[in-house]
Amino acid sequence: MNGISRRGLLKTGAAAGVLGLTGMPLRAQTRGGKLTVGLNGANTSDNWDGRTHADMFMIGAAMGAVFDCLTENGADGSLKGELAESWEASPDAKVWTFNLRQGVTFHNGKSFGADDVIESLQLHVAEGSKSGAQPIVSAITEMKKITEHQVQFTLASGNADFPYLMSDYHLLIYPAGQIDEAIANGIGTGLYAVAAFDPGVRFVGKRVENHYKGDSAGFFDEIEYIAINDNTARMNALLTGQVDAINRIDFKSEALLKANPAVRIQEVTGNQHYTFPMHTDTAPFNDVNVRQALKYGLNRQEMVDKILLGHGQVGNDSPIGPANQYYNADMEQLAYDPDKAKFHLQQAGLDSLTVDLSASNAAFEGAVDAAQLFQASAAASGININVVQEPADGYWSNVWLKKPFCACYWSGRATEDWMFSSAYEAGVPWNDTKWDNARFQELLLTARAELDSDKRREQYGEMQQILSTEGGALVPMFANYVQAVNNRIASPDTIGNLWQMDNCRMAERWSVA
Amino acid sequence: MDNVLKIIMQRLALGLLTLLVVSVVIFVAVNMLPGDFAQAILGQGATAESVAAIRRDLGLDQSLFTRYFDWLGGVVQGDFGTSFASANAANFSGTNSGVTTVAQQIAPRFANTMFLAAVTAVIAVPVSITLGILAALYRNSLFDRATNIFTLSSISSPEFFLAYVLILFLAVVNPIFPSLSNIYEGMAFSERLNKSMLPALVLTLVVTAHMMRMTRAAIINLLASPYIEMARLKGISPMRVIVKHALPNALAPIINVVALNLAYLITGVVVVEVVFVYPGIGQLFVDSVKLRDIPVVQACCLIFAAAYILLNLTADIMSILSNPRLRHPK
Repeated sequence: MNGISRRGLLKTGAAAGVLGLTGMPLRAQTRGGKLTVGLNGANTSDNWDGRTHADMFMIGAAMGAVFDCLTENGADGSLKGELAESWEASPDAKVWTFNLRQGVTFHNGKSFGADDVIESLQLHVAEGSKSGAQPIVSAITEMKKITEHQVQFTLASGNADFPYLMSDYHLLIYPAGQIDEAIANGIGTGLYAVAAFDPGVRFVGKRVENHYKGDSAGFFDEIEYIAINDNTARMNALLTGQVDAINRIDFKSEALLKANPAVRIQEVTGNQHYTFPMHTDTAPFNDVNVRQALKYGLNRQEMVDKILLGHGQVGNDSPIGPANQYYNADMEQLAYDPDKAKFHLQQAGLDSLTVDLSASNAAFEGAVDAAQLFQASAAASGININVVQEPADGYWSNVWLKKPFCACYWSGRATEDWMFSSAYEAGVPWNDTKWDNARFQELLLTARAELDSDKRREQYGEMQQILSTEGGALVPMFANYVQAVNNRIASPDTIGNLWQMDNCRMAERWSVA
Repeated sequence: MDNVLKIIMQRLALGLLTLLVVSVVIFVAVNMLPGDFAQAILGQGATAESVAAIRRDLGLDQSLFTRYFDWLGGVVQGDFGTSFASANAANFSGTNSGVTTVAQQIAPRFANTMFLAAVTAVIAVPVSITLGILAALYRNSLFDRATNIFTLSSISSPEFFLAYVLILFLAVVNPIFPSLSNIYEGMAFSERLNKSMLPALVLTLVVTAHMMRMTRAAIINLLASPYIEMARLKGISPMRVIVKHALPNALAPIINVVALNLAYLITGVVVVEVVFVYPGIGQLFVDSVKLRDIPVVQACCLIFAAAYILLNLTADIMSILSNPRLRHPK
């Protein structure tokens, strides 16, 4: 049921990020009632095509309610089977066999089988498709239907994280042969069937009777997601009781929500992080001593306190966060130390250093303020940071990847390999630090095909350490996901931290109190 | 009546010309904004190649001139084009199914905005004219001063501030109306009305002062004329003097100001719709500007401009019809 494959591959709990809360839900959850949620990130062009999904509203409605993937991420960070019951890998992690769940039906009555999986995944590599999951699916060289309920994937090269990648929210399973219809009307195998969908306005789902997840999930009879892109309007809707929960609290007005006894705030630290990438192939950043001087000239705690107003955790210049499996919590924390910064500057043969730092609030909310804090804290060590305020429009095409030192954010990735191969593998397009380190590269390739969990932990731990001491990205902080829920609604003690709103699965895991 | 018809035709022709000029201004202005749709939709993923690919797909690499006339050619035939966001979504999936045209996107939103405007007009027009008449009747009294202060302060406050004040008093402290106006198709009329009440009240507060003050001023202006004095000398009650004798002659300026304010109810709802999450054309407009979705922005602007032109035309015609001297020129 849990789909933990052999050698204890995925037997690693990663609940570290859940602030002060552990354990599984104890109280009995009751069926019935309605959940109304106000969410941002909705658009008039929204639709049920997983390839286009990128924001909270549609991820929550599609992956979180109407559709299922092969695997899913549990709230505690473990990987569970969703439409797949179990899976097995060949020793080189190149051939993966998935056993599919039997007796599952789509909302239109069609029964689920191997063809549905193959046809749904092929959508992402279709001619002209620009799916966000295209790199995942194009790494599969062959998809073979073995029986009606067994599929075999052959990968171009070994990847121990493959079952994790199958939980990606783009990779929704549609009924084979009826995919156009399923995309037009939203026909999946999820706990809730579409009752009404008005793009950019609202989505209503009705609980499917006799669902394969049984009574262990999907406790509401009906769910309604209302698109509220405006922060203040979302908060008003919660305070006046018109919605039961909202995502993305504005930190500045959080105190008002806290003062309301009917509402509670959920806060988890996930993988979302803010960075200042330096081009490690450009002077002066090509000198590791200059990079280290900047690392010690940065007051991380001050940024968490003043930019995130305490809603976050200090970063350690590695992109791997508490929601990742192999998060290295034992690394020595980089701290503000003007003397050490001065020392490294001298090691680089410099008395003082002047650099331009490009920033705009398009990078993250408060990026310009963060750059100015950095300017002030680094000045004590003779580092002059000249903050260049860039226009928000066109920031990602004109500044990021172009200017040698700028502000940036990453929402993080579910696995270490995914994160590293997006932004730290030599030569990849989004390598925003132009990072090319022989040892790091070697470890990246070995760890990718390594099935032994302990070995991987060691390898990924070392990679994080390399980035922390020598890497080109300053990662001052991990920003929390903060959301608010009315006490009318009960939620489990452990809240998922991979995405906001309990990994977007509030319709599945929450219930009426 | 031929005269009136001729004026209508003239004004319609001028209106079309104005629309054409507006469309040029909007097209140039939107294109002068930094960044474009490709950059807006890609966010962090806006690398040079992907931006170029999307621009090519949407025809954004063509010259401004070509794009404008392509678009204009479509509009003349009633085709407002496909929204960039929708075209791009289809592009992602590599199929053409599910592409919605701008007209399909705007139609339900426009209907919602018209509904809100209608509800507001039904409340605001009678209230402000009545208040104006009463203020003229009891001019310089405490009532007159209080009405003036109240309406002038409500028109002087920013709309979002009025909206939050009303939310505080009518939704949070006394939960009478919902603060969320998420109406949708198939909603019962009564519920729709209930949900639209707060935005309608905010808009009422915004437009009342203008109409009420104009009514008051127009009537007071007439009260000095000899025929009103005559009526008073006949011993008619002050109320009757105003309603029967002064009001009909004050109609022209009142109709003008009412029409202007009705146009505002269609074009000025952007802030109110965003605050109350009302799915009208204003919200669509804001989203489209953020995304640089030029076809939708253009179509919205044309609708706004057309609303102004048509309502002004109506105002002119109504004031001609209400004035015998204009109706029967020598």
